[in-house]
Amino acid sequence: MPKDGGIGASSKRREDVRFLTGVGNYTDDINIRGQAYVHFLRSDIAHGTLTSVDVDAAAGMAGVVRIFTGADFEGVGGIPCGWQVTDKHGEPMQEPAHPILAQGKVRHVGEPIAAVVAESPEQARDAAEAIVVDIAELPAVVNMKDAVKDGATKVHDDLTSNLCYDWGFVEENKDAVTKAFEDAAHVTSLELVNNRLVANPMEPRVAVGDYARGTDNSTLYTTSQNPHVIRLLMGAFVLGIPEHKLRVVAPDVGGGFGTKIFHYQEEAFCTFAAKACNRPVKWTSSRAEAFMSDAHGRDHVTKIELALDGDNNFTALRTDTYANMGAYLSTFAPSVPTWLHGTLMAGNYKTPLIYVNVKAVFTNTVPVDAYRGAGRPEATFQLERLVDKAAHELGVDPIALRRQNFITEFPYATPVAVEYDTGDYNATMDKLEEMADRAGFDARRKESEANGKLRGFGVNAYIEACGIAPSNLVGQLGARAGLYESATVRVNATGGLVVMTGSHSHGQGHETSFAQVVAEMIGIDENMIEIVHGDTANTPMGMGTYGSRSIAVGGSAMVRATEKIIAKAKKIASHLLEASEGDIELKDGAFSVAGTDKSVAWGDVTLAAYVPHNYPLEDLEPGLEETAFYDPANFTYPAGAYACEVEVDPDTGEVTIERFAAADDFGNVINPMIVSGQVHGGLAQGIGQALMESCVYDDDGQLLSASYMDYAMPRSSDLPMYQVDHSCQTPCTHNPLGVKGCGEAGAIGSPPSVVNAVLDALRSGGHDVAHIDMPVSPNRVWAAMHGGDAAKKAVGVVAANAKHNG
Amino acid sequence: MTQVSMTVNGKAASGEVEGRTLLVQFLREDMGLTGTHVGCDTSQCGACVVHVNGEAVKACTMFAIEADGAEVATIEGQANADGSLNVIQQAFQDHHGLQCGFCTPGMVMSAAALLKDNPKPTEAEVRHYLDGNICRCTGYHNIVKAIMAASGQDVAALAAE
Repeated sequence: MPKDGGIGASSKRREDVRFLTGVGNYTDDINIRGQAYVHFLRSDIAHGTLTSVDVDAAAGMAGVVRIFTGADFEGVGGIPCGWQVTDKHGEPMQEPAHPILAQGKVRHVGEPIAAVVAESPEQARDAAEAIVVDIAELPAVVNMKDAVKDGATKVHDDLTSNLCYDWGFVEENKDAVTKAFEDAAHVTSLELVNNRLVANPMEPRVAVGDYARGTDNSTLYTTSQNPHVIRLLMGAFVLGIPEHKLRVVAPDVGGGFGTKIFHYQEEAFCTFAAKACNRPVKWTSSRAEAFMSDAHGRDHVTKIELALDGDNNFTALRTDTYANMGAYLSTFAPSVPTWLHGTLMAGNYKTPLIYVNVKAVFTNTVPVDAYRGAGRPEATFQLERLVDKAAHELGVDPIALRRQNFITEFPYATPVAVEYDTGDYNATMDKLEEMADRAGFDARRKESEANGKLRGFGVNAYIEACGIAPSNLVGQLGARAGLYESATVRVNATGGLVVMTGSHSHGQGHETSFAQVVAEMIGIDENMIEIVHGDTANTPMGMGTYGSRSIAVGGSAMVRATEKIIAKAKKIASHLLEASEGDIELKDGAFSVAGTDKSVAWGDVTLAAYVPHNYPLEDLEPGLEETAFYDPANFTYPAGAYACEVEVDPDTGEVTIERFAAADDFGNVINPMIVSGQVHGGLAQGIGQALMESCVYDDDGQLLSASYMDYAMPRSSDLPMYQVDHSCQTPCTHNPLGVKGCGEAGAIGSPPSVVNAVLDALRSGGHDVAHIDMPVSPNRVWAAMHGGDAAKKAVGVVAANAKHNG
Repeated sequence: MTQVSMTVNGKAASGEVEGRTLLVQFLREDMGLTGTHVGCDTSQCGACVVHVNGEAVKACTMFAIEADGAEVATIEGQANADGSLNVIQQAFQDHHGLQCGFCTPGMVMSAAALLKDNPKPTEAEVRHYLDGNICRCTGYHNIVKAIMAASGQDVAALAAE
């Protein structure tokens, strides 16, 4: 029987009621009396020298309060980078300055040059159009391999080249890996692209700056996944405002998917301008602005090789990746292709020797940073495409080859520096084979063929590292922050609780699932617990939500704080019951004395804490409020196996997803309904990447896909009903809930099985195609079937997107 | 500036607007009805769907002055008279048809328009009808389920959870 409350129950989400009735409080819903509006004038040229910015005509236009240019930000800090990667020679990465408004040069389409603050959004936009900007255009650097050639135009004149870093991992393994390839019975290699994506949360970014002259306090309302991180970065590194004079509020946030982790210029601008203009300043991004200012994701070009012995055991793996950083380093950008990617290259396999090389490259494009999965989808895609290719080359079953090489004993230390605590990859593969009805595939293929279609079945395994992360470890790896999480649990006199968490919810349902955990621990109704998040003024310093870390790290902090509450409440109960503290038991919201019928209700204990008339005041402080900071001992390692079944129309190359099955091991699950929903959403994004999404620049650095008419977002009719399962559970061994995290799995695990399925379908039609790069759009599939190279042409993707939206 | 008057969720509403003021701006900024959202610039995402004279309309694609004299319904007016969730809203909660909630008002308004015209849609019909509404969170699975459940159909067999 399903539970009706607490851990493991599919409790309905309490936050839904406000969202369903139109009374949510998103940042754009916030309007402060007297606010002005800002419009950013953005570069429409990818690379050039700013020779003049003439604001005279614009400044006199109706409603204009003030116009800011780069000159107003001389002496103000730039946007900082939060992670310093050290290259294979032991040298720090190259780190360019990142100004709030362009200074001297523009380096990508969309870079803000000037900002008009006016009485209305329309007046701000009208005036921005009247600013005269003169840019001496320079050659744009777009292709990564060209960017690192000798003599290439430099994105940043003060850096030695466009190479941010050249990272080798694990450098000490390199020679042994080379030797293993020399000794291999078979080598499979593959060159592939992990296509550039735009996260596209449906709520565009918004920032509202407010300044209180009377107290010298600044407040920023912003669409962020981590308000404390924004407060620290913006306060300490950009504007020089100490944390106690700066409040950052991220209220209801309409999706993030990574791109709302980062600190952006617009946030700093609105905070700065609110003080400079002495009135609130609001910015609401248009979707076009979002495409050219939200950090993009992925964009790796990789060559990967697998060595196998004569028995098809994996003996070594090596990869060589170019990772696009864009024009500037976004907050966590350097960590994505390195520590979130190289460390996952073992996948689910006991490959003993691995070497990963990553060259991070500056180009005249929007900065690239973490997007749902961040590094792990790139690792999974390479590996799982490669293993499938190897199986095909060797003539063995792709599932059998995977099973033969699965890690089966835990804990398992990989050759790429991480230790998997638990897992059972055969169990999720068993479950997957059952769900996907592999036995019935042949009949389904025959039916498709009778309808003139090709049908393919593709599978992949995946593993990810979540619950980021042990602070001392990430500090050694270059993080300029700790990655703990926090919670304060405040019990009120009448027994209700408020949990103030450093985690942030922007669709994940924390207000429901976090309450379920505390309800279970105390044995009270979930409705007695309120979850507060998103405001630095009323939550403890926390690092926010990303990397599937909220329940694993934030939930663990909440458990620790609640344990402290229970420990103190037991002391109070032992006093009230005149019993030894060691004999007090808490069950179903009542404290009892073991072996007796004496008990006292939760509410009587909480009341005693705040009305301490009969209370051990000499031993115990009144009140019932505790805080905990939790720093994880390791990452968590969710894993699983996914299967995709497609139909391909041989006349058009169009691919349709007929079935999709996902068997995940997330460890223990708090709310199965929410977890399934997280997987569904991740699958849609992964299938979107595989079939249709692509962010495309032309050779001049013009962004060709800057609207929903050009960037194909998955729609309801593009997607099937999914089969998802998370009944295979190997609980995490090092956090108190035994949870692993589920937010990114779908996006990480799904792209390879889609492409594997398409290639399987093509093979069934006599087209032995080794690889098609994502997105596997109709024109690419058709070209691959007919031996053409349209697969490589970016313009073709945009045309396909336009058709899709058409 | 032009005076416009309309009925919004059964109440008289009027204000001064510019010719270029969109209906969605009028609703959000002048009426303070911020439940209707703006997610794109090109009438693609559907976060702003409202009903104008009973028809689903993207409120970013209509000028406020075009709605002069019209009956407009928004998400704020969808709940039952006692404040409880209506059948569609309740189905969205029961079937986890929303996550971040940003596309949700448009989804609910589109669903209401669909079910008015087609009280028992098939899964394919629901998916086709929602092509003008983008959700980035749910992968649509539970939205489709919710709408079919709201139409009184048994959704247990649609897909394994």
